[in-house]
Amino acid sequence: MNRFDYVRPSTVAEAVQALGADPAARFIAGGTNLIDLMKYDVERPGRLIDITRLPLRAIEAKDGGLRIGALVTNASAAYDAQVKERYPLLSSAILAGASAQLRNAASTGGNLLQRTRCYYFYDTATPCNKREPGSGCGAIGGVNRIHAILGASEHCIATHPSDMAVALAALEAVVQVSGPNGERAIPISDFHRLPGDDPAKDTNLAPGEIIVAVDLPAKTFATHYTYLKLRDRLSYAFALVSVAAALELDGDTIRTARLALGGVAHKPWRNTQAEALLQGKPANRETFKAAADLVLQEAKPQSTNGFKIELARRAIVRGLEQAAAGTPQSQSDKRIQ
Amino acid sequence: MTVQFSPAAGRDRFVGQAISRVDGPAKVTGLAKYAGEFAAPDLAYGVVVSSAIAKGRIKRIDAAAAEAVPGIVKVITHENRPATSQKPEDYQDAVAPPGAPFQALASDRIVYSGQPIALVVGEDFETARYAASLVRVEYETAAPLTDVTAQSGASYDPPMKRAGIKPPPEPWGDAAHAFDTSEIRVNAQYRMADEHHNPMEPHASTVVVEKDGTYTVYDKIQGVSNTHDYIAGAFGLKPEQVRVLNPYLGGGFGSGLRPQYQLFLAMLAAKDLGRSVRVTLTRDQMWSFTYRSEAIQTVALGADPSGKLTALKHDAVQGTSTYEDYQEVIVNWSGVLYDCDNVALTYSLTKLDTPTPGDMRAPGAVTGVFAIETAMDELAHATGQDPVQLRLKNYTEGDQTEDKPFGSKELKEAFRQGAERFGWDKRQPEPRSMRDGRELVGWGMATGIWESMMMQSSARAVLGADGRLEVGNQTGDIGTGTYTILTQIAADTLGLPLDHVTTKLGDTKLAQAPVAGGSWTAASSGTAVMKACRDIAEQAFKLARGMDNSPLANVDFERAVFTGGRIEVAGDPSKGVALTDILKATGTERLEATAEAAPDKDFEEAYNAYTHSAIFAEVKIDEELGVLRCTRVVSAIAAGRILNPKTARSQILGGIVMGIGSALHEESMLDHRIGRFMNHNLGEYHVPVHADIHDIDVIFVDEEDKANPLGVKGLGEIGIVGVAAAISNAVFHATGKRIRHLPITIDKIVAEG
Repeated sequence: MNRFDYVRPSTVAEAVQALGADPAARFIAGGTNLIDLMKYDVERPGRLIDITRLPLRAIEAKDGGLRIGALVTNASAAYDAQVKERYPLLSSAILAGASAQLRNAASTGGNLLQRTRCYYFYDTATPCNKREPGSGCGAIGGVNRIHAILGASEHCIATHPSDMAVALAALEAVVQVSGPNGERAIPISDFHRLPGDDPAKDTNLAPGEIIVAVDLPAKTFATHYTYLKLRDRLSYAFALVSVAAALELDGDTIRTARLALGGVAHKPWRNTQAEALLQGKPANRETFKAAADLVLQEAKPQSTNGFKIELARRAIVRGLEQAAAGTPQSQSDKRIQ
Repeated sequence: MTVQFSPAAGRDRFVGQAISRVDGPAKVTGLAKYAGEFAAPDLAYGVVVSSAIAKGRIKRIDAAAAEAVPGIVKVITHENRPATSQKPEDYQDAVAPPGAPFQALASDRIVYSGQPIALVVGEDFETARYAASLVRVEYETAAPLTDVTAQSGASYDPPMKRAGIKPPPEPWGDAAHAFDTSEIRVNAQYRMADEHHNPMEPHASTVVVEKDGTYTVYDKIQGVSNTHDYIAGAFGLKPEQVRVLNPYLGGGFGSGLRPQYQLFLAMLAAKDLGRSVRVTLTRDQMWSFTYRSEAIQTVALGADPSGKLTALKHDAVQGTSTYEDYQEVIVNWSGVLYDCDNVALTYSLTKLDTPTPGDMRAPGAVTGVFAIETAMDELAHATGQDPVQLRLKNYTEGDQTEDKPFGSKELKEAFRQGAERFGWDKRQPEPRSMRDGRELVGWGMATGIWESMMMQSSARAVLGADGRLEVGNQTGDIGTGTYTILTQIAADTLGLPLDHVTTKLGDTKLAQAPVAGGSWTAASSGTAVMKACRDIAEQAFKLARGMDNSPLANVDFERAVFTGGRIEVAGDPSKGVALTDILKATGTERLEATAEAAPDKDFEEAYNAYTHSAIFAEVKIDEELGVLRCTRVVSAIAAGRILNPKTARSQILGGIVMGIGSALHEESMLDHRIGRFMNHNLGEYHVPVHADIHDIDVIFVDEEDKANPLGVKGLGEIGIVGVAAAISNAVFHATGKRIRHLPITIDKIVAEG
């Protein structure tokens, strides 16, 4: 861990100013990921800007939906009465991740900005284009059973580890940011990016920008939803594959469908064609399989993660079944519904 | 017959009782200090720089930037390393395998990934850690060989055998022919994964330079004598110049048996600088010294249609390092467990560019018993036998590998009680025949076995005039409850209240005792403590008889009862005298005794001694998604006398949880291209979490053993052995799919075929 300066602004404007154009400065909120990365010498910030005093801790009604402040902890968001009642998919996804202690510390904005869990990214003895552009990708041809099957590039096969972001993708949340040029809104689908030839860049945040809130639209999917997470132990592990499924039904017919996958790509993976395919179709296994096939049509295995393609296919089908039946996956009872 | 502790009295007050840990309050309040927590004036902090490559040499190491950081005392590399002993044998510790032990910073040669290549010593930990990140290294890289499968063809019979590790016995009968002509045959390969111990406490050493030039060393070690002798040898010190302490261990599981490189480096720096130094390794560096190396195993069983074994072959090829021939007992268990006329057991090593593997809880047995007990389940299925019945059909009352009867073996009773508690009789034998809603249900079982050992140990006891007793020796309490059971034994032997007894461990100033390992500590240290206390009892009794108007004047020692801090006449409690009064009246300041306990040669010649277990496991599996829940485990243990059902149960519970981890989670993944374990942290190296653990039921069956006067056989390892086989057998029963490669992860459950 390197030596760094430390500042603690009290307003968003001050924070943005403090960050300025300094590429070596980092915001720190819960620190649940950044401090690990600093200990591993993956991140070597010259300056830490502690944003925990910024007034970004509110959960409030907004345009028929809900605005969640960037500093709302994962635990506060998951257990918030409005989130639980109106957006149980989000609550469930948050509770599927990490541990109680981490959720108490981790923030909404920080959750979106957490880095991949690729082994090579964390290990400075190995090459990694995300950590050190141009050094190569150690994971390709290496230990990659947890890596991407969709949207990867020859430069990077890392996945985004967030559970929360997968639910936000399905809910079509909007990320509110503030920066040197004022405020702007970024749809969640455009927030994270695919690695392409610039895997060092996880998101489309512009230099100097800070997340101030995440807006949830009015459509809540509070009845037919699930967050189904498959992993290498029953809790406290990152997803091999996860599925956020949300439906609106007319009887047995699907009126609206949302489907996002975690653990399979550099960003929460949403396929709107598959959602379109589901619309107007009967909510049955056959329909769900067709959607799953479409989502995974372009999936590509790495040397040891081929199992994830079939696993994702099955998880999509089960997730949609759970959502359609109104029997969402419990995050405390580990029996799969 | 096992002895009672109170001489002549036959009333144990504490032994056999579920006494809470005597060291518990110190541990939960933070008073218990660990090796990396002891303070010293002017303490410097060392941080280890680890090799990025697995094989080759250091072309250039540039520590200038690190040394330039204010607060950095020194950077030690192979280029400026102070001299230590030139004799490789000086680095041999008490449990070292044959070979030339690794010496940190000895040369520019790199022999495994993560090898220490520099120690950065600073005024504080943070500065040292920062400076360590500034050390620049250029390597000349060679291609590492770390794939045990690829190297299995180059396996060899280790020319030097490791002390205390029995090589496979000579084959008997004609296993090859018998197998070829058997009506029923099972023949398969079994795999595990490389595993790392990962105790909670990181490996750490604090070397304190005393004013008189001697060294006080706090080291994470399972027995201080091993550290002491290693330091004295490697650094050319007289024994009295070094004192080693380790009163508490935050888990070892075998990773603390050998002195590790952080000790060597802390001592190197302390001696060089004339200043106290602490070196604490990181969690990642847990992957840089010892591990349970995978073995590729083949088991071939031949049987008649009734399931009676006619042939048994068990072969293992295990990885070791390039510089030591680490060995463990993997295949012998098959010959000990079952009655068979044609048996061939073979074991060989192959060299890998990794650190030397080391003993990890039930070393060898975890590996070998997984294979034989899965193979036995395959035989049960092939012959249509109930798995318990098959094991009873091939039950043996003697150890065929050495033609000796067992000193005791209540495995049949363990099968009976375990099966009853589990409800085994309700098992439907057909795979895939049991369901709970959407989940397939599987019930599997296996046998566990571990050798019951005793090591020469001594103990010292001192009874003060205040009636308080102190006992102890050098061995470590590695979290097993040694403090507690020794306190119980001492209290009962002298009839003292528990809170009048203090047990001290883990200090080379105390009586000699070996490292704590192999499940031998209760038998070894327990017997020594009992003998020392009995010696004091006899001394006190003699003094009491000599007192004026002694109520014990005409009483034999055999009729003396030690209870409540008094010596009383059996059957007449009114006749007695308090121990404090005896010392006072006779002007005795204290009574002292040192006793030695050693294995009973006559017993060892006549018998072999093992602990056994019968493990029953239930899994529930969502087959489509490959999600497995291990919902129940019952383990019935036959391990002689149980000194403390509470700490004993904790040992078995911990073993079972670790066994579940071995079966379902633990896997250190090597990138063979660079010879490096890649998931070197607890986020990605998975051990069970609470959600993975459900009902665990532990039964201790009565077993009378006579290997030692206490009748104990040891409990540290037996809990884990066989658990993985019971679970994998349950997975087969649930799904009809035989997974012979641990850990049983989602990908293996959903895989085709």
